[in-house]
Amino acid sequence: MGLESDFDIPVLTTSVEKMVQWARRSSIWPVTFGLACCAIEMMAMSCSRYDVARFGAEVFRGSPRQSDLMIVAGRLSRKMAPALRRIYDQMPEPKWVISMGACASIGGVFDNYALVQGVDQIVPVDVYVPGCPPRPESLIYGIVQLQRKIDQQKLG
Amino acid sequence: MPDIKTEVMTVNMGPQHPSTHGVLRLVLELDGETVLTASPTIGYLHTGIEKTTEQKKWQQVIPLVERMDYLSAQSNSMAFCLSVEKLLALEIPERVSNIRVLLAELQRINSHLVWLGTHGMEVGAVSVMLYCFRERELLLNINELLAGFRLFPSYMRVGGLREDLPRGFHAAVVAFLDRFGPKLDEYEDLLTKNEIYLKRTQGVGVISKEAAVAYSLVGPIARAAGVDYDVRRFFPYLGYETYDFAVPTQTKGDVYSRYLVRVAEMRESMKICRQALARITPTGIFAVADPRITPPPKDRVYTEMEALIQHFLIYSQGFTVPAGEAYVPVEGPRGEHGFYVVSDGSNRPWRIKSRAPSLLACQALERMIVGGLIADVIAVIGSIDVVMGDVDR
Amino acid sequence: MDADTLVATLQAAVPDAQIEGAPTVDPQTTIYVSRDEVPALARALRDRPELAFDFLAELTAVDYWPKEPRYEVVYVLVSLAHRLRLRMKVRVPADDPHVATVSGVWPAANWLEREVWDLFGIAFDGHPDPRRLLMPEDWQGYPLRKDYPVQIRMIPNASEALQVTEEEFRANLMKDRLTRGR
Repeated sequence: MGLESDFDIPVLTTSVEKMVQWARRSSIWPVTFGLACCAIEMMAMSCSRYDVARFGAEVFRGSPRQSDLMIVAGRLSRKMAPALRRIYDQMPEPKWVISMGACASIGGVFDNYALVQGVDQIVPVDVYVPGCPPRPESLIYGIVQLQRKIDQQKLG
Repeated sequence: MPDIKTEVMTVNMGPQHPSTHGVLRLVLELDGETVLTASPTIGYLHTGIEKTTEQKKWQQVIPLVERMDYLSAQSNSMAFCLSVEKLLALEIPERVSNIRVLLAELQRINSHLVWLGTHGMEVGAVSVMLYCFRERELLLNINELLAGFRLFPSYMRVGGLREDLPRGFHAAVVAFLDRFGPKLDEYEDLLTKNEIYLKRTQGVGVISKEAAVAYSLVGPIARAAGVDYDVRRFFPYLGYETYDFAVPTQTKGDVYSRYLVRVAEMRESMKICRQALARITPTGIFAVADPRITPPPKDRVYTEMEALIQHFLIYSQGFTVPAGEAYVPVEGPRGEHGFYVVSDGSNRPWRIKSRAPSLLACQALERMIVGGLIADVIAVIGSIDVVMGDVDR
Repeated sequence: MDADTLVATLQAAVPDAQIEGAPTVDPQTTIYVSRDEVPALARALRDRPELAFDFLAELTAVDYWPKEPRYEVVYVLVSLAHRLRLRMKVRVPADDPHVATVSGVWPAANWLEREVWDLFGIAFDGHPDPRRLLMPEDWQGYPLRKDYPVQIRMIPNASEALQVTEEEFRANLMKDRLTRGR
């Protein structure tokens, strides 16, 4: 943002930065990228008991153009890798990626010819949430950690 | 008005789509809103589980096969254990069979709840999803009580179960069954006579009885079309012939019939659960007493030498299964499935093939959506209840 | 109908087929048949009313490397009318792996045979659509063969080839630019 170059007073810049950070972290809308079993826990997270809408992830958008977060939930096969990259590229900045589960983080229990051993070979990942599948509370913790990371992101 | 030039439009319902229940790709050719051709592409979730299991020992295969059809996990591991136990020629104690029946039926209710929730949400009834997942949380609590893990308890083992039932299990299951009956009536109130739901699902995605048999469709899809095939009745296992339950069928073969069949199946499952629960004692035998397969209890391992050696052998090199092959069909939530297990006499499987009902349902999908409207495609994909982990393995 | 009666009925239906029974521990009668008789047997199994095996439950293959014949194609059939199950196995050698297709008899075999082709490399003569099913279309090798490694270290492909040539792409771009604003 070009605001901070116009104003030299640090107080104003800092509060604008804080406001933008607050806005970004309080309304992270994920894109539906549930692949396998982790997707079921992601759905459970968005339902009434764990209710991720309290944390700002109110709706899971179907289109990547309308979302800021991609939760790669599940095992990524080699055939799916180009589609993942394409969806990531279609998301507008600022965007973040959470790699949910062991299969997305490192290949999980399946070290074989068919899976990409870790989604970070295709897209840059911000938060890794381990588990097979991680409990919904773990994933919410991952989202909270992402919110803390966004709080530290500077503008410009 | 001059003639409007129209042309056939090709639309890609790509692997990432909110309504394809996972990673299924459909390339549709549309004339306006009517679907002319549909070609599904699968394989976006192919995990090579069958090849990976050839490297593992027999007991280590159980967590892997649970992750194939991730909504009917305990049904999967039960089917695998049944096939291996046939090869080993083990005589499973009756209490273990009853517990397996109970867990399989609870898993059926679990899977059907996920189906009902997601299908309702896609057709437009979003509250149904929240209600179904709320009930499902109670079932996941029962799984957690058993083995500490919500989705994949890995509680079934070759030879029986991993350990005895925990304290409070009976009370938890009874509490769930008592609560679930009226809640299921509530869900039926929302959907069964709902005018919008009827308009969206009646006459949609029809498949005839002959086509269902020709395409090897099983489970609720086939029973909604009039094919009376239920493995629990035709080729009984685990003592299902001693339980009193009905197999619901319909005749029309459309999305609404599948809905009716699945809701009726949930009620029948509750009946079977109550009967099974009455036969299970809170504590008792939980695995076959074969020293090659069942590890000894921990207090004996710490005090006796043979128990220590037995424990070590089981967990380091596993047990060997005689050479041969076995396939025991099992009625899962999606229909007949099972594991074709080939052994070469060693402590690792030679080949494991999972009979995937969802694969054949995907194949028949093209037949069900051609000629319909594009909005019906969503309803049909929801109704055939595909789990892509099962399709692609 | 027990196993021996079933084999006898089948032998009577297709007299010049060589059918050998095999021992089995599960609810299926197991028979070995030779490769050339698969089409005739398939039709007899489905059409004869005393057999009525109209339901194909499973079609898969097993690789017995280094034993010869290397592959076995396994068909599991169910007769809904008579409540019978049959497992039919066909031995396929390694140097010429092909079997006649049964997708004309049981339409469900279409994708099942594609999967066997994809994972084992066994060709099905007469199959209407012999493409890979689970692996990417340009994949080399047949993963479930015993001489294929479990783990491969290959950089994942993160982009797909364009489905148009570069000239067509540029021509489409120019066309958009010329017709915009009209």
